[in-house]
Amino acid sequence: MDLILDGIIEAFRLIVTGDPEVIDITLLSLRISGSATLISTCIGVSAGTAVALTRFPGRRFLISVINTGMGLPPVVVGLFVTIFIWRSGPLGSLGLLYTPAAMVIAQTVIAAPIITGVTLAAMQRLPGKLRLQILALGATRRQMVWLLMTEARLPLLTAVMAGFGGVISEIGASIMVGGNIKGYTRVLTTATVMETGRGNFAVAIALGVILLILAFTVNYILTAVQQGRGK
Amino acid sequence: MRRSLTMLLIGFVLSFMAMQGVTAGSRDIIFATTTSTQDTGLLDELIPIFEKKTGYRVKTIAVGSGQAMAMGERGEADVLLVHSPEAEEKFMKRGFGVNRLIVMHNDFVIIGPANDPAGIRSMKKAGDAFKKIAATKSLFISRGDKSGTHVKEQKLWKEAGVDPERQTWYQQTGLGMGQSIAVANEKLGYTLSDRATYLSLKGKIDLVILSGGDRSLLNIYHVIQVNPKKFSGVNAAGAKAFSNFLVAPLTQKMIGAFGAKKYGAALFFPDAKTPPTPLGGGPLMEH
Repeated sequence: MDLILDGIIEAFRLIVTGDPEVIDITLLSLRISGSATLISTCIGVSAGTAVALTRFPGRRFLISVINTGMGLPPVVVGLFVTIFIWRSGPLGSLGLLYTPAAMVIAQTVIAAPIITGVTLAAMQRLPGKLRLQILALGATRRQMVWLLMTEARLPLLTAVMAGFGGVISEIGASIMVGGNIKGYTRVLTTATVMETGRGNFAVAIALGVILLILAFTVNYILTAVQQGRGK
Repeated sequence: MRRSLTMLLIGFVLSFMAMQGVTAGSRDIIFATTTSTQDTGLLDELIPIFEKKTGYRVKTIAVGSGQAMAMGERGEADVLLVHSPEAEEKFMKRGFGVNRLIVMHNDFVIIGPANDPAGIRSMKKAGDAFKKIAATKSLFISRGDKSGTHVKEQKLWKEAGVDPERQTWYQQTGLGMGQSIAVANEKLGYTLSDRATYLSLKGKIDLVILSGGDRSLLNIYHVIQVNPKKFSGVNAAGAKAFSNFLVAPLTQKMIGAFGAKKYGAALFFPDAKTPPTPLGGGPLMEH
């Protein structure tokens, strides 16, 4: 019990005093997971919309693949990304392993299927006649897609939140492709594991608390946007 | 709409690659090492000095000695700091490494609950202590990760003539030293640890040193540069600079002083000049 209290006090001490290392770690987590979420949103929303609005052979199979991808184990993603980007791998010449960019790639692989899947579900739930109506009013195909996206913006924001939540809290892939390098690829989750290994439980708890606050803040902002626009 | 998204995406990827182009390359050294050197905080003290001095960026990957050498065998690391002498010799013989230099040593200790259910306290021979743990079926927590500590532990089991695999009292964590000690501490089991990691955790755990000081418990760390002739991607110059740094007199002095203030005893004993006398200079049995 003391430990939990110590941890929470330590967390506030670290936040209030603005411990430079903790701030760097927090900003890095935010930057990496934010970039990954942004890229995943671009991929996921367009892919999800495309699959939702078109009919083609093998579609059911593809949707099953996407839905499976929503639950991709981060360590498996980490392993495959590592194999691809290490020096002897197919993309080895880029020198990506143990860089923030590698972490963005891995996290994108994790978040993109989540966002695709939620987008797909959201777009399919729109009334089918809406599409015909929009087209009947003389909209071009591009305008139609845009209108449908705006119509589905609330669940689309849910998709973004789910993607972000998935990657900011993820550790398996981050530690494998990032390597937990101090000041370079050390993010909140990997730092928490390391501090636990060092027996610095209060610091570990503090980092955990910061992670929770961060996830909450981002989700709060997105929810505010979602609910505000929804009125 | 879709085209602009695609463009945005391509822009993103390109910008990341550009970022990469600037940062990656010959200024980066991938340094694979054991968890004990990271968990004790030694590297946090040494590496910034090296980086400042030379302009290299050291990417420390803290894994077990086994994994560190596996990375070396694939050319995925430039320089290694490991403590698994027999495996190291094999690694060198197969031509994966060059210039293996001794850096420092400490020793392994058998730690366990203070009430010592297996009754190994102050046993001189580590093998005998292991035999007794097996005979009393007392819980033993193993790293189980092919790290230097795990390899040493397996050797001690062999000495004791015990095959602990698949025994209910023998549990493998697959985790680093610090985490494995935490597991042993929770479950009140015995475990083998390097003295440095134990000392750095001492104030936070209930386990105590029960047996140590045996010759066979010597724990020696070597630095090895990965053979650049075998792998073209290896940063040979960086590896050499880092290896030289570790054995330089000033660094050696810092290694010897590290932790003395905080933990009341030195965690590592520098060896670059003088080869280690068995457990020389080390506090052998301190509780």
